Amino acid sequence: MNILVCVKRVPAPGARINITEDGQQVDTAFLGFTVSPHEECAVEAAVQLVEKHGGEVTVLTLGDVLAEEQLRTAASVGAVKAVLVPIEGMDWDAQRTASAISSAITALETANGTFDLILFGNESADSCGYQVGVRAAVKLGRPMVNGAKGIELADGVATIRRESDAGQEIYKLPLPACIGVREGINLPRYPTMKGRLASKKVEIQRTEISAESGGLQMIQLQRPPERVSNTQILGTGPEAASAVVDLLVELGVFK
Amino acid sequence: MSVLVVVEHDRGTMTPASLGALTAGRNLAKQINTTLEAVTVGANADALSDAISAYGATTVHQAHHAALVDFGPEAWGESVAQVVRKSSPQVVIGCGTERGHEVIAQVAARLDLPASMNCIEFDASFDGVQPLRMTRARWGGSLLENAQLDASIKLVTLANHTVEPVEAPTPTNIAVINVELDASVMHSFVRDRVERVAGVTLATAPVVVSGGRGVGSAEAFGPLEELAGLLGGIVGCSRAVTNNGWRNHTDQVGQTGTRIAPDIYIACGISGAIQHWVGAMASKNILAINTDREANIVTKAGYAVIGDLHKVVPAISEEIRRRRGL
Ligand SMILES: Cc1cc2nc3c(=O)[nH]c(=O)nc-3n(C[C@H](O)[C@H](O)[C@H](O)COP(=O)(O)OP(=O)(O)OC[C@H]3O[C@@H](n4cnc5c(N)ncnc54)[C@H](O)[C@@H]3O)c2cc1C
Ligand SMILES: Nc1ncnc2c1ncn2[C@@H]1O[C@H](COP(=O)(O)O)[C@@H](O)[C@H]1O
Repeated sequence: MNILVCVKRVPAPGARINITEDGQQVDTAFLGFTVSPHEECAVEAAVQLVEKHGGEVTVLTLGDVLAEEQLRTAASVGAVKAVLVPIEGMDWDAQRTASAISSAITALETANGTFDLILFGNESADSCGYQVGVRAAVKLGRPMVNGAKGIELADGVATIRRESDAGQEIYKLPLPACIGVREGINLPRYPTMKGRLASKKVEIQRTEISAESGGLQMIQLQRPPERVSNTQILGTGPEAASAVVDLLVELGVFK
Repeated sequence: MSVLVVVEHDRGTMTPASLGALTAGRNLAKQINTTLEAVTVGANADALSDAISAYGATTVHQAHHAALVDFGPEAWGESVAQVVRKSSPQVVIGCGTERGHEVIAQVAARLDLPASMNCIEFDASFDGVQPLRMTRARWGGSLLENAQLDASIKLVTLANHTVEPVEAPTPTNIAVINVELDASVMHSFVRDRVERVAGVTLATAPVVVSGGRGVGSAEAFGPLEELAGLLGGIVGCSRAVTNNGWRNHTDQVGQTGTRIAPDIYIACGISGAIQHWVGAMASKNILAINTDREANIVTKAGYAVIGDLHKVVPAISEEIRRRRGL
């Protein structure tokens, strides 16, 4: 079972997201970075599948050199191969990203054989484009379902569970297939000390790819209007209970 | 020439998001002086044409194929792509839902066109031909992006709940199109379903009592459960809590969890990180219980109690019981 997971490095902002003066980027001066939560779960899902069925997990990212940090994080929890598609400067748009990722995958598969599964996040945390995975899957000619909250493999078929308003839907895709994973499918493990040490030794393969820009262009980021609240402090400590219940009565939620 | 709306339905039942998309489509069609058209996928949606007509679509393209019984992202994407090729709309609008995004992404990939998801506003000076400028939600709505979509056919999804549905009945033509689907798009149909057991869910509960890292352990959620129970509500949590394995992810409020809109949201020991806030901000009232007067959630909430949640929450339950004479 050879599984590829596509992850993206994104800033991890706290109470608010600040943007640079020119409005072109999130101001990351004081921020750490992470991979999108959905993709963190995709890495965990891949590692669990390999633990069960054998094989190996490869992680791939398209981003600047610093994204090696996220590849190593994935390696520290079980990925054994890591691929960086290096780019410089601003993020690439979804079409360009998908076309570069699918070219990189084709190159990897030519060298090492087909990935049985390629996992993506349901959507990236920052651009929320909901499309890179679908585009890459269509380019590779593989079936794709997004939003997976459960993946099981048996007899060359991936059974996917996804949530809907009415309950759950089950999909069955023949391998090789692509799947977009949602947070909640599992609880990602923390790296062990041994994992951390091993991740330092993983060789990061660089695959340079050029691709043309697509037709969606960012002009500027902006912050949504912020809610200004004149917070009413109902009290301090347990003595505030009475004021809280008065409020619940007033709002009609205490019956 | 038209604005084409992809109507989302589940085995013939239209989803509420479609009505907002139809309304937005009609507004945009009026702006660029063209007609609103709609596409439904599968013959089991043919009966929706009357309802669609009530929202002003002059043509409904009914995509038919024997395989189009249940939802399947690839078959739906390919069907809509064929309708788009045939009807050459200027703009295609899908719903800002899981299925909506997925179908538009499939259409975009198949027609090799760009797509802009979760739009909240379209440029009022758009003439139908020039690039379309829009504002779209990023970071789960924590940040907005002004963007420009430059393509012969503009593919977008409308962020859910951004446009209030308004009817505008019109006579409607039906155009049946028998789409051709090859084996490659047949894999991803829904094969089975598990219906949810009825009951309040996080998304619909009138009261949500949520706990964050400040709660400290899985067991310490007991008093929050009790308070939620007394108010006919449900317990939610932050990602710090799910990450620690204290609660299931189905309880998580936020960007990668559930968006809620209760009458009151009681946030206990939650700092109010932006990714949590976007999931909670639609609540009608917010009460923060936190030891830190400067916590983001405290400054943004309408009401707050400053103090240790482990003392405050049981005291509130106790006061409720006292007033009920329990
Ligand atoms: C891409 C991305 C997506 C994310 N999606 C989500 C999401 O969907 N949902 C989500 O919640 N987070 C999400 N996060 C994580 C988010 O950034 C925060 O890390 C998280 O919300 C913090 O949880 P918290 O408020 O419980 O913990 P903390 O930030 O640690 O806050 C704990 C709070 O508890 C208070 N406190 C401590 N002890 C007590 C006590 N005894 N009584 C009262 N108050 C006390 C403290 O003053 C503090 O305010 C996401 C992050 C990223 C990068
Ligand atoms: N730069 C990137 N590098 C690797 N994978 C990516 C990148 N951008 C997007 N993806 C993958 O595509 C998914 C969907 O991204 P998006 O279309 O931006 O929402 C993400 O969850 C990732 O798995």
